[in-house]
Amino acid sequence: MRNPLSKQITEIQPSGIRKFFDIVGEMKDAISLGVGEPDFDTPWRVREEGIYSLERGRTFYTSNAGLQELKDEICKYLERKIGVRYDSKDEVVVTVGGSEAIDIGFRAMLDSGDEVLIPQPSYVSYLPCAALAGGVPVVIPLQNENEFKLTREELEAAITPRTKILVLPFPNNPTGAIMTREELEPIAEAVVEHDLYVISDEIYSELTYQGEHVSIASLPGMRERTLVINGFSKGFAMTGWRLGYVCGPKLIMEQLLKIHQYAIMCAPTNSQYAAVEALRNCGEEVEKMREAYNQRRRYLVSEFARMGLECFEPYGAFYIFPSIREFGMTSEEFAEKFLEEEKVAVVPGTAFGECGEGFLRISYAYSLEDLKVALERFERFLEKLRR
Amino acid sequence: MEVTRRQILNYMERNCKVDVGELAVLLGTDEDTVKREIAAMEKEKIICGYHTMIDWDKAGVDQVNALIEVRVTPQRGRGFEKIAERIYNYPEVSSISLISGGYDFLVTIEGKSLMEVSRFVSEKLSPIDEVVGTATHFILKKYKDHGTILAQKDKEERMLVTL
Repeated sequence: MRNPLSKQITEIQPSGIRKFFDIVGEMKDAISLGVGEPDFDTPWRVREEGIYSLERGRTFYTSNAGLQELKDEICKYLERKIGVRYDSKDEVVVTVGGSEAIDIGFRAMLDSGDEVLIPQPSYVSYLPCAALAGGVPVVIPLQNENEFKLTREELEAAITPRTKILVLPFPNNPTGAIMTREELEPIAEAVVEHDLYVISDEIYSELTYQGEHVSIASLPGMRERTLVINGFSKGFAMTGWRLGYVCGPKLIMEQLLKIHQYAIMCAPTNSQYAAVEALRNCGEEVEKMREAYNQRRRYLVSEFARMGLECFEPYGAFYIFPSIREFGMTSEEFAEKFLEEEKVAVVPGTAFGECGEGFLRISYAYSLEDLKVALERFERFLEKLRR
Repeated sequence: MEVTRRQILNYMERNCKVDVGELAVLLGTDEDTVKREIAAMEKEKIICGYHTMIDWDKAGVDQVNALIEVRVTPQRGRGFEKIAERIYNYPEVSSISLISGGYDFLVTIEGKSLMEVSRFVSEKLSPIDEVVGTATHFILKKYKDHGTILAQKDKEERMLVTL
């Protein structure tokens, strides 16, 4: 029988920490600090709008790029939030989560052999998606001493004549790092100088705790070089609705839309109607969630300092990324032992790239009460290890 | 209002069992500021008291709550304030508000039994000179109170670990 599989897909390595996830999957009574999604329910007004759209019988396809009403709201939102104007007719595509946007962004822009710069630790899908699109992923390992921000030196050291795209994943999952305007400026200059494009994954943009989120697309010369990816999952607590979007210059968006059209047709209709309500009327709810995350973030930073755990202060997303190097174990060993002995699941930093070795991703998408229980066990575990 | 005061109030509205040190950490300020602001707000009567939300049903204590619409005719020299005062001084009255629309006061009252509430209405409330009519609505079930949903929340639906 012929091999049914594509060479390309079989060459993509499964996640190195699959064993850890298998163990987690079997733990029934464990508590967790391991999720990558909000603990809040989607705001009721949004859910209600979703229900209403079903009652109204809005169960048909929308146009490929998405409901015009939603695209208009997205453009208004982005102008308000990041100060970049997009034409709602042909510079926005509504996608099935930010994940689809990452995939079709690469596919629209990469030719075989083009290099894609991927700063790590970062979300797990950039590397395989770039490879599946024919690109060659090139990892830039970010440094703890820079609080896992990308520097111009690191960027320029990785650029070759084949480099085409830089992925910019800030606010960052898993480190919680953000990039300020001052930190983005030298990156933008280098991008322009070396004639690169940027895929800026801003899915956590609503969740920053030190000044407003800044998009690299708003810097001089960057709008025409950037695809901005965002969505409703994190800031609006809508992970299960699978709704995101990508914006960029018409030249790229026209081609990107073709992929979306043939592969997906359109994003879920009732999620799109619900999202219109999210953008129009959920400012206050989003603010309340951000304040809650911020309180938990301060609490964790202060608790880790008290426990003497090395950790920089993160200002974005809902993750904190402490170092566990002092214990002389790999991240995976630590996470397994912690799960086994204290029944708390955390994610080893290596899930997000080799340079995550020596770190843990701890999510604070949990109530303060839950965090307290988990931290008590964490402290007990650390004390045992230090003895 | 300064941000810190508002943040303290937002927090305490839901949870008055404040650990001052912890609240200071949550709000990114210091313990002294939190203590000082709470004391000042108590003095200024911005914080008017601390209550405990109790599910009396669960505690096995019989209790009857009612909303009473009260229509009154204020007399010269005795405005709504005076009438309200006559009503709110009864300990059974847990709240009273002046209302726009079809009636004047909305009174909420707590009693041990239907009889006790009925007696209060017929013997105390209705005989007040200015009161021209009442309508009593007994509360059958409370679903949400002070912004808190009383029903049990479903258990965690999220998977244990997602990236």
